[in-house]
Amino acid sequence: MENAKKLEAFQAKIDADIKIEPKDWMPEKYRRTLIRQISQHAHSEVIGMQPEGNWLTRAPSLRSKKILMAKIQDEAGHGLYLYCAAETLGIKREQFLEWLHEGKAKYSSVFNYPTLTWADIGAIGWLVDGAAIVNQVSLQGTSYGPYSRAMVKICMEESFHQRQGYEIMVTLANGTKEQKEMAQDALNRWWWPSIMMFGPHDADSAHSNQSLKWKIKRESNDELRQKFIDKTVEQGEHIGLSFPDPDLKWNKSSGHYEYGKINWNEFWNVVKGYGPGNKKRLAHHKDAHEEGSWVRQGAIAYAKKKRSIQKTA
Amino acid sequence: MNQSLYEYCLRLGDTPLILSQRIGEYCSKAPHLEEDLAITNVGLDLLGQAENFLTYAASLKEELTADELAFKRKEKDFRSFHLVEVPNIDFAYVLVRQFFIDVYHNLFYTSLCNSKDETIAGISKKSIKEVRYHLQRSQDWIIRLGQGTEESNHRLQVTINELWMYIDELFYDNEIDNEMTKEGIGVSNREIKNNWFNIVTDTLNDAGLSSPENIPYTLQYGKDGFHTEYMGYLLAEMQHLPLLYPDAKW
Repeated sequence: MENAKKLEAFQAKIDADIKIEPKDWMPEKYRRTLIRQISQHAHSEVIGMQPEGNWLTRAPSLRSKKILMAKIQDEAGHGLYLYCAAETLGIKREQFLEWLHEGKAKYSSVFNYPTLTWADIGAIGWLVDGAAIVNQVSLQGTSYGPYSRAMVKICMEESFHQRQGYEIMVTLANGTKEQKEMAQDALNRWWWPSIMMFGPHDADSAHSNQSLKWKIKRESNDELRQKFIDKTVEQGEHIGLSFPDPDLKWNKSSGHYEYGKINWNEFWNVVKGYGPGNKKRLAHHKDAHEEGSWVRQGAIAYAKKKRSIQKTA
Repeated sequence: MNQSLYEYCLRLGDTPLILSQRIGEYCSKAPHLEEDLAITNVGLDLLGQAENFLTYAASLKEELTADELAFKRKEKDFRSFHLVEVPNIDFAYVLVRQFFIDVYHNLFYTSLCNSKDETIAGISKKSIKEVRYHLQRSQDWIIRLGQGTEESNHRLQVTINELWMYIDELFYDNEIDNEMTKEGIGVSNREIKNNWFNIVTDTLNDAGLSSPENIPYTLQYGKDGFHTEYMGYLLAEMQHLPLLYPDAKW
């Protein structure tokens, strides 16, 4: 009875668009959903540093190297905000990393695809960050206060990333024949993984309904995917690139693009760990974490010594 | 005169360029996320310093750009220190290498702020603010890990011993340094040597670490166009795209 009343009051707050804060009562399932979603989001930022880092040492100009380095630094910063937001739900970062390393926590599957050419850095910024923004803009209105505030900060930086990514594509599309081919090839490889980023169709999405009711999510997977496609197709066509979907066409009456069938087999394979880069990305993160263990232990030992000196002083 | 100034700017730009390249390689490999952020920040500052000095060097020649200097020059024409070419063996290498350079940069830019060359003085004034923070950070880590666990102390000491062979080079002046110092444009590296040793020795003492004996290694130095075996691979990677697609603009 007690809980039913609490639940009712909780839903009333959500319905009135009042943010839920860490010390407020929340249903256990709400907390668990947020722990899963925010930590997954944090891991995505951090694992996302790898495919881009793959080209940091080969960025072809000082300017592009600076931009890419700043961008990867931003991703690390986003990871930090998000781990902090997730920690407000009572779980420590060490635990989140353990779940990641054990395969219990996921990150965005799109980062399991390889970055094969410099154009992939453009495509990631334009498409992957572009898709992420659509999702994140919507999440600014999420019901959990710390998550919502992290999103506001992140969105400001992500829109800059998306522009930089598109700028690389524009430069390549206007460049030599080989550069144009590079841009087209990257679009061919990144288009479908980008639109899969929004997750399964609404009818097949396991968590969607409850998340919408609790305003953890504000718009459905398909609504967000459509928004992304509508804004991106024009940008691609504007620079003379074509999309690898023969069914993609403008529908006058609906005011949206229609698109072809998504290969959900591929999507679930990658989610389950069988994508081209899953093993590599996770091993890289684990190795760095294990190799850094002596540094973290050294820092902890030093902090303890400092504290005991302060106590005796 | 212009040729000497040009040469001088190359050495000012090349050391931060190569070090930022090494830091770029370290991306996503730091012991924790905060450190990934911090080290990338240092790398970005260094890349900015490199770009500023190389842009100035390029402006002294006709039809030359900083990008061409960075991405199309041959190894023999680079003027970086051996120390920054050393790979990221582990966090101890990344840190000790950075600490040695940070102390050097602080002393060097402090003097270079008084350069008679306005551009060099201007870039130095901007850079000094950045490298002060770099030193604060690396010095802090040296003390923390030196006084941390037995293992962290040991790892740092081994690395200090290994990298010590490269520090002679920081204080070597060749005829270009002498000419630029005489003109009031450059700084004599010899003159900052004592201060460098004082700061480094004091920090290592505070950290419970020791300075190795100063053994003169027979290296031929970066500013004379000689490099480590590591450098060829580093440049092959860094210059890969512009060399593969010589007509492309990025």
